[in-house]
Amino acid sequence: MTLHNIKLTVNGLPVEAAVDDRLTLADFLRHQLNLTGTHIGCEHGVCGACTILVDNVSARSCLMLAVQTDGLAVRTVEGLQATDGTLHPLQAAFRDNHGLQCGYCTPGMLMTLVEFLGENPQPSAADVREAISGNLCRCTGYQRIVESALDAAKRLNEQEP
Amino acid sequence: MSVMGKSVRRIEDVPLITGKGRFVDDVRAPGVLHGAFLRSSQAHAKIQRIDATAAKAMPGVHAVLLLDDILPVMTRRRMMGGNRSGKLPETLIPTALAEDEVCFAGQPIALVIADSRYLAEDAAERIEVDYEPLPAVSDCRRGIGESSPSVQTAIKSNLITSYDVGYGDVEAAFKNATHVFGDTFSQHRGGGHSIEGRGMLVEYSSGSFTVWASTQKPHDLYQMLVDLLELDENQLRVITPDVGGGFGPKLIVYPEDIALAAAAKLLKRSVKWTEDRREHFLGAIQERDQYWTMEIATDSEGLILGLRGKLLHDLGAYAYQDVNLPYNSATSVSGPYIVPAYAMTVEVGLTNKVPVSSVRGAGYPQPAFVMERLMDRIARELGLDRAEVRRRNIIPVDQMPYEKPLKARSGAAIVYDSGDYLACQAEILAVADWDGFPARQAAARKDGRYIGIGMANAVKGTGRGPFESGMVRISASGRISIYTGATAMGQGLATALAQICADQFGVEADDVTVVAGDTAMIPLGLGGFASRQLVTAGSSVLLASRATATKAKTLAGHILGVAAEDLEIVQGDVKIIAAKQLVVDKKKPQSISLGELSRILRGAPGYAFPEGLEPGLEATFHFRTDALAYANATHVVEVEVDPEIGEVKILRYIALQDSGRLINPVIVDGQVHGGIAHGISNALFEWMGYDENAQPVTTTFAEYLLPTAMEIPPFETLYKESPSPINPLGVKGAGEVGTIPVTAAIASAIEDALTPFGVRVLHAPINPEQLLEMIEEGSKKQRPS
Repeated sequence: MTLHNIKLTVNGLPVEAAVDDRLTLADFLRHQLNLTGTHIGCEHGVCGACTILVDNVSARSCLMLAVQTDGLAVRTVEGLQATDGTLHPLQAAFRDNHGLQCGYCTPGMLMTLVEFLGENPQPSAADVREAISGNLCRCTGYQRIVESALDAAKRLNEQEP
Repeated sequence: MSVMGKSVRRIEDVPLITGKGRFVDDVRAPGVLHGAFLRSSQAHAKIQRIDATAAKAMPGVHAVLLLDDILPVMTRRRMMGGNRSGKLPETLIPTALAEDEVCFAGQPIALVIADSRYLAEDAAERIEVDYEPLPAVSDCRRGIGESSPSVQTAIKSNLITSYDVGYGDVEAAFKNATHVFGDTFSQHRGGGHSIEGRGMLVEYSSGSFTVWASTQKPHDLYQMLVDLLELDENQLRVITPDVGGGFGPKLIVYPEDIALAAAAKLLKRSVKWTEDRREHFLGAIQERDQYWTMEIATDSEGLILGLRGKLLHDLGAYAYQDVNLPYNSATSVSGPYIVPAYAMTVEVGLTNKVPVSSVRGAGYPQPAFVMERLMDRIARELGLDRAEVRRRNIIPVDQMPYEKPLKARSGAAIVYDSGDYLACQAEILAVADWDGFPARQAAARKDGRYIGIGMANAVKGTGRGPFESGMVRISASGRISIYTGATAMGQGLATALAQICADQFGVEADDVTVVAGDTAMIPLGLGGFASRQLVTAGSSVLLASRATATKAKTLAGHILGVAAEDLEIVQGDVKIIAAKQLVVDKKKPQSISLGELSRILRGAPGYAFPEGLEPGLEATFHFRTDALAYANATHVVEVEVDPEIGEVKILRYIALQDSGRLINPVIVDGQVHGGIAHGISNALFEWMGYDENAQPVTTTFAEYLLPTAMEIPPFETLYKESPSPINPLGVKGAGEVGTIPVTAAIASAIEDALTPFGVRVLHAPINPEQLLEMIEEGSKKQRPS
């Protein structure tokens, strides 16, 4: 076990930490930074619950090591809400369209869709289904997640004409 | 404006979408130690030697515990609960850690407690175990044979119980029948696979324990820990934090739970364990393995005269709770149809596999598959439309309530309380354009496409008793709180209960706080399973809300000098109704807040207390019921099968459900969606594999197929609301109903698509390889050689 000093930003704030070389990014966020919004569902990179953004690219935080994020910018579900408490359009859309039930897969879904809608502002339902095909949900049957994403796309487009 | 029946936004959602939810692994406890289990690598073996010397010597390791290490802090060797009926062999009830024999791969043998989970897992790998492998039973059908090895050496026969269920003169029914058709059916096991696994944190403080558990049954866990660890009730509190899905597996108190709590008591330290996905495959209960051999007798018009056969239920290696699933199955097979005579032999067999208990549907999807497949068989043999055969046999609405000559486990009669099954079927068939499908199918065939349509009906008893708790209490601030033993795991329970309560106080759902599954706040409860909570907890909350509102009005009437009937509660204030305000003294107060009434009912030393009223602005009810509220559904599905690769694509999925009165339609719709997705998954994807030595072969999501948004189609959902007459809300359960008919409907559609090949679907899941084999078989028969 070797400790490494890393410097990164998490949700825009600078973080300096000493991390064990084998500490996963997910465990670092959850248990060292207490950002428990990022969830772990399978620990082998299939379920997508732990999806976060690293330098604006989605990543499985269960498959990354904390030490790999030295010098990078990490964004988690805790960074979606505006500082004044306003919900991100995706969060608002999930709430208004019953896009979640138990809420465990939700942070991973949201982070996957933040990246996707940034690149695809006018997706079809089929596009959304493909985009979230790396995120498992056992509760919803996906339909209302798809509807939430489409509604969020509309809201984002209205927000940024 | 009443909030009942409205799709209000869920009060659960804001924390969950902002990362502020609190699941069990999110709860922080100072100085907590972490547990990791060493699990059996063998499906069946004697343990000859365990050497934990190296593991114990590792830095950061506090303990490596075997069964003998934790027994001194426990009152008994075996966990209770698995054997309320007293009919099962004693050794079927598990111990918290293995004795000297392991009976399934994944069974916990040792618990390592260390400073971190990383260290605990390292140490678990260093424990040396010498196994003497014993023959293992993988196939329940072979396992109950006389020459089979035993699943446990202490148990001579793997056929642990068998019994008969039935009524009427079956012999005569079959003798007088025009037609008798027989088939064998099976369904394979899958897991619950909530995306959050199991997990538990035991906080230790001065001899007391606070347990945070991802559980569907907190009060069961509480009672079992009080008993097994010999605690005073005030030494233990079980709190259910946010639960990341249940689907059945979390209704069990597991050996892991007991071992962990015993470790906390032994070490006098806080300990936690969070299940990983592999452990969920290896240790969390699974369900659906059943084998049915059935015969159905009809007259010349396809009217059912009798049904008989045999059901073999695979229980796995241990009984984690009473063996109720095969009884559910055997008593529900007739579904919505009139079956005048019935005789089943039920056999329960053991295998060296993960123990079996309820997964969403709980013994209902298998009989629905059997019955609906038999209905299709009758239709085909008699040249009748599949919907018509069902129509002829369905229980008509004028026979409701309909008593089946069978008893539920509680001993209560099985009485379908309400529902118009025929109208449901007619409505969905019209929406699906069932009658127009043959033309669409013929057109597709011309293009070389194999499309098919299928249907299935289902009836599900919901709202299992004997009771659920519901307490309503108003604080000095006027805030209304609900406390219940019902357990939230994503269904929107808090919102639904809040709506029921808010309606009585003229407030919105988010003006009500709901605390579910905290044993310190409500002493009794049963929890979340059997699609029961809206029926049972909902009714208790309704009655408690009404009683609390009545109490508030009575007291306010004394204070305001008017009769209670002249008062209404609006936005948290008890007011004199407008029509009466004219006749009362305007100088006197016209209203009083609930908070003020609460303060008065808390009492003040030395001051007068309102006469005739009990202290506290609160009420508690335990709505008692033994009868079930029967929900029903009809599903219609269109599929396309690619005969070259055996792939099944769902083109259209329509579901009609009658869950009685809907408190929040969108929440119910979410339950139905999730239920259908689970059913599709059972029908086409989920297969928990074991090799011939009972070694699990699907222990990751790469090997075990849990469908994604690409495999699950959009759903069209329709609702009928036949209020249940047996509870004050008129509601019926929703969570499992959507799952039950799915496999049957998809099988029906696949057979219809592949009629040219004569394919018959009798086993689930239906995978491409099996389908291809059947298609090839069918092509050979077709071709003149």
